Amino acid sequence: MRSDIRAHYDKHKHLLYSQIEDGLARFPMEHRNNIISARNVDKFYGAFQALYDVSLNVAKGERVVICGPSGSGKSTLIRCMNGLEFHNSGIITINGVEVNERSKQLPALRQDIGMVFQQFNLFPHLTILENLTIGPIRVRGVSKVEAEERARNYLERVHIPEQADKYPNQLSGGQQQRVAIARSLCMETQIMLFDEPTSALDPEMINEVLDVMIELADSGMTMVCVTHEMGFARKVADTMIFMEAGRIVETAPPNKFFTAPDSERCRLFLSQILAH
Amino acid sequence: MTDLSAPAPQTAPQTTRPRAQGRGFPVVSVALYALIIGGIIWGAYAGAQSMGYNWQWYRMPQYFYRLTDDGFQWGEIAIGLVKTLQLSTIAFVLATVIGLVVALLRMSGLVVGTAVAIGFLEFIRNMPILVLLYLFYYVLGPVFGFDRFTASILCLAVFHGALISEILRAGIQAVAPGQWEAAKSIGMSTTQAYRYIVLPQSVRFMLPPMTGEVVHLVKSSAIVSVIAVAELTTIGRNIISDTYMSFEVWFTIAAVYMVVTLILSIGVSWLENKYAVDH
Ligand SMILES: Nc1ncnc2c1ncn2[C@@H]1O[C@H](COP(=O)(O)OP(=O)(O)OP(=O)(O)O)[C@@H](O)[C@H]1O
Ligand SMILES: [Mg+2]
Repeated sequence: MRSDIRAHYDKHKHLLYSQIEDGLARFPMEHRNNIISARNVDKFYGAFQALYDVSLNVAKGERVVICGPSGSGKSTLIRCMNGLEFHNSGIITINGVEVNERSKQLPALRQDIGMVFQQFNLFPHLTILENLTIGPIRVRGVSKVEAEERARNYLERVHIPEQADKYPNQLSGGQQQRVAIARSLCMETQIMLFDEPTSALDPEMINEVLDVMIELADSGMTMVCVTHEMGFARKVADTMIFMEAGRIVETAPPNKFFTAPDSERCRLFLSQILAH
Repeated sequence: MTDLSAPAPQTAPQTTRPRAQGRGFPVVSVALYALIIGGIIWGAYAGAQSMGYNWQWYRMPQYFYRLTDDGFQWGEIAIGLVKTLQLSTIAFVLATVIGLVVALLRMSGLVVGTAVAIGFLEFIRNMPILVLLYLFYYVLGPVFGFDRFTASILCLAVFHGALISEILRAGIQAVAPGQWEAAKSIGMSTTQAYRYIVLPQSVRFMLPPMTGEVVHLVKSSAIVSVIAVAELTTIGRNIISDTYMSFEVWFTIAAVYMVVTLILSIGVSWLENKYAVDH
């Protein structure tokens, strides 16, 4: 490589696809259009800086798993992606549309981005079926009949078709989380964001939720998951990201990430988390 | 480090719903209530006896209804009661609208909106309702050309609107922040999130204090008797000036108010039960 090109490459390396090292083979050219792109993002809570110069790209169909110690800014990062929090500098785009405080398109943008929360956040005053249909009916303008058909279809996909007429508090945590996933899917989203979807669950329910997420990944959904379930990460991730103290410290495909990460901090974190 | 952005972790997320309190019959408070009322009646009765008061209870029923040659007729107290209920109902509906607008302004995050809402609240809070009534009747009335009934309704609506706005705000803020986030993340606008997700859930937080507020409004509607709107209290004064039966009339009027507010309380606690039922 010519030295000036090399210098240019080094300077802008962080703008390139997260899987630049060896992901190219895995993501042929036509699939490498970014669906999510964050460039040099800083985020402050008052005087406290939660994100430092964070850049990442997520291609269509890519599965990104983010891990890192508590308080490292994982939730903040994915909440900035759908405008639940707003970054202070840098640029975040979804399908090329900028996400920021002034955006009038935010509700429209969010229709395409599903979000699954640690605490499920189902609507307790609505039945499961109503939880799934309220978005399509009120936001997308789908007819009630069609919305209900769609809802039953997705309940089937998360393996709880029989719970349609119950209320959220009559379901177990694992079932509630699967309903929450189905609620996002009913909006026919292109992207799913997960913020520690299994960490509020009893151990025996974790797998039923992870199974649904694996099936989702197999169906080609673009996913960004904050999770410490490393078994799941190994199975589905195209790209692993390790964050610490508001910075992305390591970005690597899983085989490299789990065997030979560049950063010492990442290695330490993994050894701690895999130890038990 | 604690995660401040996420809702506080609950031990059993969304599996428990707060139940409305005070289930069952409140024996002690009813007994206490009866004791106090009994004491007052006995005191008044004893006082009247020692004054040599001439009780004329038999003359009271005609003020509720009369059976004359023309047939059945409602009496003055019944008509006054209808007026009081009319006044209270219209004022309450208006007050709720005002309250909702003020509460939403206050929470809008707009500097001007918040300032207007707080200014309004402080103004009303520091103003005796009697002065407010005079303001509406003697100052704004002639300016905008409204009659005493309208002035009364507006006064009650504005006064109680301020109190109701605080009840609504508290109810809205009692809904978990995660509900907002979930609503937004399926693409709802702020208006849709309020309408379909937040307000329906805040009803059960608002009902108990709203009951208190309705009862408060019915009682404070008596104040408009000072500008001679023909509601229950004014009627009472008129009957007394004709008949000098102050004891009978005031006991009766008090009893009518009590029956109305009791019915209201019972009605709302039934509603509350309905809304608090675990699904
Ligand atoms: N609303 C907020 N106001 C102030 N500080 C906040 C807020 N939300 C998060 N923070 C701080 O920002 C930092 C990053 O928080 P964030 O929730 O993104 O961490 P996290 O990596 O998701 O951690 P965890 O694993 O505990 O969920 C933390 O230090 C946190 O205390
Ligand atoms: Mg978090």
